[in-house]
Amino acid sequence: MIYFDNSATTKAAPEVVDTYAKVSANYWGNPSSLHKFGEQAFNLLEQSRQQIADLVGAKLSEILFTSGGTEGDNWAIKGTAMAKREFGNHLITTEVEHPAVHNSMEQLKQEGFEVTYLPVDENGRVSADDLRAAIKPTTILVSTMAVNNEIGAVQPLDEIAAVMRDFPRIHWHIDAVQGIGKGLADKIFNDRVDFVTFSGHKFHAPRGIGFMYKRQGRKITPLMAGGGQERNLRSGTENLPAIAAMAKALRLLLDDEAAKVQRQRAIRLAILHHVEKFPNVTIFSKDLPVFAPHILCFAIAGVRGETIVHAFEEHDIYISTTSACSSKKHVESSTLQAMKVDDGIATSAVRISLDEHNTMAEAEKFNQVFDELYTQFAKLS
Amino acid sequence: MEYSEIMVRYGELSTKGKNKKDFIKQLGQNVRKALSSFEGLEVKAQHDRLHVTLNGADSDAVMDRLKGVFGIENFSPSVKVDKDIDAIKETAVAMVKEAFKPGMTFKINTRRQDKEFAYDTYQMNEILGSTILENVPGLTVQMKHPDLELRVEVRMNGVFLSGETIQGAGGLPVGTGGKAVMMLSGGIDSPVASYYALRRGVKIDMVHFYSPPYTSEQALAKAKELTARLAGYSGGIQFIQVPFAKIQETIKEKVPEGYLMTVQRRLMLRLTAAIAEMRHAKGIFNGESLGQVASQTLESMAAINDVTSMPILRPLLSMDKTEIIKVAENIDTYDLSILPYEDCCTIFTPPAPKTHPSLEKSRKYEGYIDVDGLMKEALDGITITEIRPGDNYLNQNEDVFAELL
Repeated sequence: MIYFDNSATTKAAPEVVDTYAKVSANYWGNPSSLHKFGEQAFNLLEQSRQQIADLVGAKLSEILFTSGGTEGDNWAIKGTAMAKREFGNHLITTEVEHPAVHNSMEQLKQEGFEVTYLPVDENGRVSADDLRAAIKPTTILVSTMAVNNEIGAVQPLDEIAAVMRDFPRIHWHIDAVQGIGKGLADKIFNDRVDFVTFSGHKFHAPRGIGFMYKRQGRKITPLMAGGGQERNLRSGTENLPAIAAMAKALRLLLDDEAAKVQRQRAIRLAILHHVEKFPNVTIFSKDLPVFAPHILCFAIAGVRGETIVHAFEEHDIYISTTSACSSKKHVESSTLQAMKVDDGIATSAVRISLDEHNTMAEAEKFNQVFDELYTQFAKLS
Repeated sequence: MEYSEIMVRYGELSTKGKNKKDFIKQLGQNVRKALSSFEGLEVKAQHDRLHVTLNGADSDAVMDRLKGVFGIENFSPSVKVDKDIDAIKETAVAMVKEAFKPGMTFKINTRRQDKEFAYDTYQMNEILGSTILENVPGLTVQMKHPDLELRVEVRMNGVFLSGETIQGAGGLPVGTGGKAVMMLSGGIDSPVASYYALRRGVKIDMVHFYSPPYTSEQALAKAKELTARLAGYSGGIQFIQVPFAKIQETIKEKVPEGYLMTVQRRLMLRLTAAIAEMRHAKGIFNGESLGQVASQTLESMAAINDVTSMPILRPLLSMDKTEIIKVAENIDTYDLSILPYEDCCTIFTPPAPKTHPSLEKSRKYEGYIDVDGLMKEALDGITITEIRPGDNYLNQNEDVFAELL
């Protein structure tokens, strides 16, 4: 089996599942209980938080647990909108965000907020000048992703940070769900960003857990009201087994990160340089430094993305159409649309997404199967 | 850049005439203590500067520790070069290149101790300035407030170059301000007050009242953990826990409700003063801030302060709660302080304590209990723990958990 769909989800690591099981069995107390079972659970919760804070270079109080990327994005956006409503009603984001961001923005639009979507260039990236031009006195939030989930474009975070430094009061959120463990920590955890959201299952932790970095001193309104967990910002009994498992998964992910990134980049390029030789192939995530090391998006003209996915599946190779969220809805990619890619070719796009366990041998096998399938497809058209 | 030494500049102590020698000696000791885990380091405290010769130790780690030592105004990591003009030029260019950002301004500031050296300070500034301008395009000279000031010191044993000046913790070396006891509750305020006491050079012993089963083991562990954090500023702190439950129970039984709090506080202060005297301390610090709660009005302070003539020092007296929280966050005690364990101040608190207690009545109601007997019993029951920086009291399973994570 060759699994090349790691941007949809990753396989939970065995060591991580082991931690999940042990914590479920041994530290099942409620971290809010006063007795020793609660105290132990509380200590494990805070030690997990500390480990994550240390790994990403944040303070203990700046790490807040969520149920995943979708909740984190909803929270950063709606929580800011609610907390800063009196200062303005203008929100800025990009045309290529994940639906968790896009649809949160659309919901707020219904509530009377004004949303500006920044356009992208042929590589799916926004420009810092456009951002600067879009900012108004009423702007309260800028939300930009780190790595695009469909084509792997890395947004110009350094340049965005430079603009945001001139507007210290505007909240800046980065959706870094696809960006963790990909050698981008310096860009993501810059000195200006206020909120960064992550999802555990994208880095071998279980489902239903994620975390948010919140810069100390920044205000956000809770979306979950209740018992006051997570420093009164996110109520609900803490999912301790998943939190401990995520802390472990993150440690494993970031161990020797540079070498892992280099390996993924080499695999991506081996496939890219192979498939680009075929006349019907269009590459969307080109061989440029502005693309993340683990995502490759391309199209074979005249063949629907679903057909390509299923054809590879017959060879026990798992890839995806442009994103798992939209792949069952028969809509073409919103990112490719924003890049002004023709609808005809956009419906033929597929995505390969790697993790640190993929190998060069798998890339070679993929290329072999690709040759076979390409010939087969060519006969059809 | 591989640094050879850290040059430390003294804070206020440079101005203190006859005490200066003691200050420098104490600071030297404190720096040595803070850096004791590094091997091969040399610390030399001289009359104008303190020099930490690294001998290969990790400069970032050393500087991190220096940031927590009071009495240091600022410090600069520096590189030692031979007294050879070409070697000096080369290192100067390399240092500027490393710090360079487009549009940056700089200046050279040379000090010369070795008057025999071939070039005077004017010539040095000139030579190095022009060499750097030639080799680092895009850089301009600016004498007032440059982005980068390259300091060059020609000493007898070599030439020292430094580009960066890092802010120290300020204050006075711990130990130069005598000894006091600190009333540590475990809330937000008292750790901040402890920090300020230490920053003025005062060595403190912690006094903590605990009342099992009305307060939990965790509340005690939390106070100890807070002490461990603060111990980072002084190398080690004695933690004195005083059993207080029996006194509270007796007061609750005998004293009218409106004066429960005032009389409890009087007893706490009596005990603290007694402990201070036993330990030859010269004052009592606490975390009171005027008007914050019922016990911290001027009338309350008068009614409580009545029991001792020892100076009571209140570093937070005029600070707002928001300011105190900011400092607590900066010194890394806030997260601990807000852990929700009952401490001795939140139990036995009457629903409506007198905010303006009368001194007369406070004295009278205190007379309803056997002050001397209760105090003797409490003082016989004290436990003293020596707490070191980094000691762990709250999370006893840290190692087990580390395996899981």
